[in-house]
Amino acid sequence: MTQNVLHLDHITMQFGGVVAVNDLSLDVNEGEIVALIGPNGAGKTTAFNCITGVYEPSNGRVDFLGAPMVQNHPQGKMKKLYAGGQAADYTGTVLSPTPDRITRLGIARTFQNIRLFSSLSVFENVLIAKHMRAKHNFFTAACRLNHAEEKRMREESMALLEEQGMAHLKDETAGSLPYGIQRRLEIARALATDPKLLLLDEPAAGMNPQETLELTEFIHEVRGKHNLTVFMIEHHMDLVMQISERIYVLDFGQLIASGTPEEIQNNQRVIDAYLGVDEDG
Amino acid sequence: MKGKNVQKLFFELVAIAALFCAVALMERFVPAGHMIFPVLKKGCVYALAAVSMNLLNGFTGLFSLGHAGFMLIGAYTYAVLTIPPEARGSVYQYYEGGVIQFALPWIAALVLAGLAAALFAFLIGLPVLRLKSDYLAIATLGFAEIIRALVLWDGAGPLTNASNILRKYPAFNSTLFYFAVAGFCIFLIVLLINSSYGRAFKAIRDDEIAAEAMGINLARHKMLSFTISSFFAGVSGALLAMFQATLQANTFKSAMTYEILLIVVIGGMGSVTGSCLASFLFVASSEWWLRFLDKSYPGVPFLRTGFRMVVFSVIIMIFVLFFRKGIMGSRELSDLFRRRPKKKEAAK
Repeated sequence: MTQNVLHLDHITMQFGGVVAVNDLSLDVNEGEIVALIGPNGAGKTTAFNCITGVYEPSNGRVDFLGAPMVQNHPQGKMKKLYAGGQAADYTGTVLSPTPDRITRLGIARTFQNIRLFSSLSVFENVLIAKHMRAKHNFFTAACRLNHAEEKRMREESMALLEEQGMAHLKDETAGSLPYGIQRRLEIARALATDPKLLLLDEPAAGMNPQETLELTEFIHEVRGKHNLTVFMIEHHMDLVMQISERIYVLDFGQLIASGTPEEIQNNQRVIDAYLGVDEDG
Repeated sequence: MKGKNVQKLFFELVAIAALFCAVALMERFVPAGHMIFPVLKKGCVYALAAVSMNLLNGFTGLFSLGHAGFMLIGAYTYAVLTIPPEARGSVYQYYEGGVIQFALPWIAALVLAGLAAALFAFLIGLPVLRLKSDYLAIATLGFAEIIRALVLWDGAGPLTNASNILRKYPAFNSTLFYFAVAGFCIFLIVLLINSSYGRAFKAIRDDEIAAEAMGINLARHKMLSFTISSFFAGVSGALLAMFQATLQANTFKSAMTYEILLIVVIGGMGSVTGSCLASFLFVASSEWWLRFLDKSYPGVPFLRTGFRMVVFSVIIMIFVLFFRKGIMGSRELSDLFRRRPKKKEAAK
């Protein structure tokens, strides 16, 4: 039986009076590639930010590898304002780990608008991801007592760059690379944290059809090599339909459909959400 | 790649050794009263202060303006702990000799000066490091002023001598001493910057959100950078106390923070070499090279006391206009050596 990697349980994210994501429940199982789609402003990135700890959800729970990771219920001012569903379900302990702790648990992400360490080299970008597993403290690190560890970090990073075919670029400044390569580097950097789950926020944004095709193969390849589960947000329907095993569709913060690519393509509510409904009809 | 690193290290060591030899020779052969010695000493103090500020502002991207406050803590810790008991009666003449009746060796006091500044930084950092950019600058500036006010407070007199001068603590006259202490501290900072913690600092500077997504604990690393930077600010404050031989809290006004910030910006945010170079240039031109402008000569207009600072300000403006990223940008000494072979290759 495949293990459940990510489970969102009635996640609601409300900013003041605006409910950005309402009562979202979904599952991602081990080894799957799952996509979250929806029109602009549907709340996809907000959902991602709830998973990675950038936002603290107003209500709901996120389980990672079967254990609760994030958990919250409306409190204080939000208690009065709360307009989402399932309000009374979670009154237990509040869990809200910071993004770095979630990354250490094994969830890595990329960003919709690329966020590389642009003044550092390609190699350093990957190397930084290895820092979080380092055991030495700042003093021993500064005194170079961590030779073995530093060497291992460098070797692992180099191996990863070689695997990604970016070894020849290692001394280039990340900010000066072409757009497509920056996207690849961002994924490589996320892989350097040794994740179990990879969250991709619009990996194909701004890519032409050829690059998108390459990206499709790349994601498949990476999943196989690193035993990954992939959960992605994407707008390019070609990519989504080709690559994902299951799709969730969000519209105005609500989950409106879920299923295989074929099911989604023929789902009337999804077509309505994307194309709009003729109200006279 | 390894060969390149060894070569870099070699060049740096040669440059540093040459510098120390030059200073030692100068002490032998230049008359002791020459202006160059105070300039070099103050340059050393400012270099350490600027490099420690660069660690925070240039490498971690935290814009803090509390440096003078931490230097003040370092200077006072050093002076208060090292005044010999027999001299305390005359120094603390309004406070019956003060509360502390022992003296530590200078090296212990120097380390404690750094630790005291680091402790204060830790306490201040707890609430303040949640702030970002300009807000952080305002808050740290405020704290520096509060610390100065506390030291000047009459109630703290038995410890700090309030607004009276502290003196008679051990000070070193040798220029080489200042080079050795500042050089060693800067060396430690460079080691830290080149370690994986230094990389994490740079990551935070480049993109906080991405750094956090890479598993870097922001609160912890910011605090680390803040306290380490303050530690060395404290040490540089103690050195400044030694250099001045008398100590008064009003030396450490926010104007001093701005001077150091100016050095960091002129030298280049994110360049240790730049900060060192800029501090010597800054001290030399403000205290020495432009002195002649302060004298008035018959028949020459403008030249009078204070005109030096006018010219100095104009020079700084020109610098900022033409060197947007400072003298060195984010390059280091070794990058200058590395450039040459590349050009040759290009010529072929």
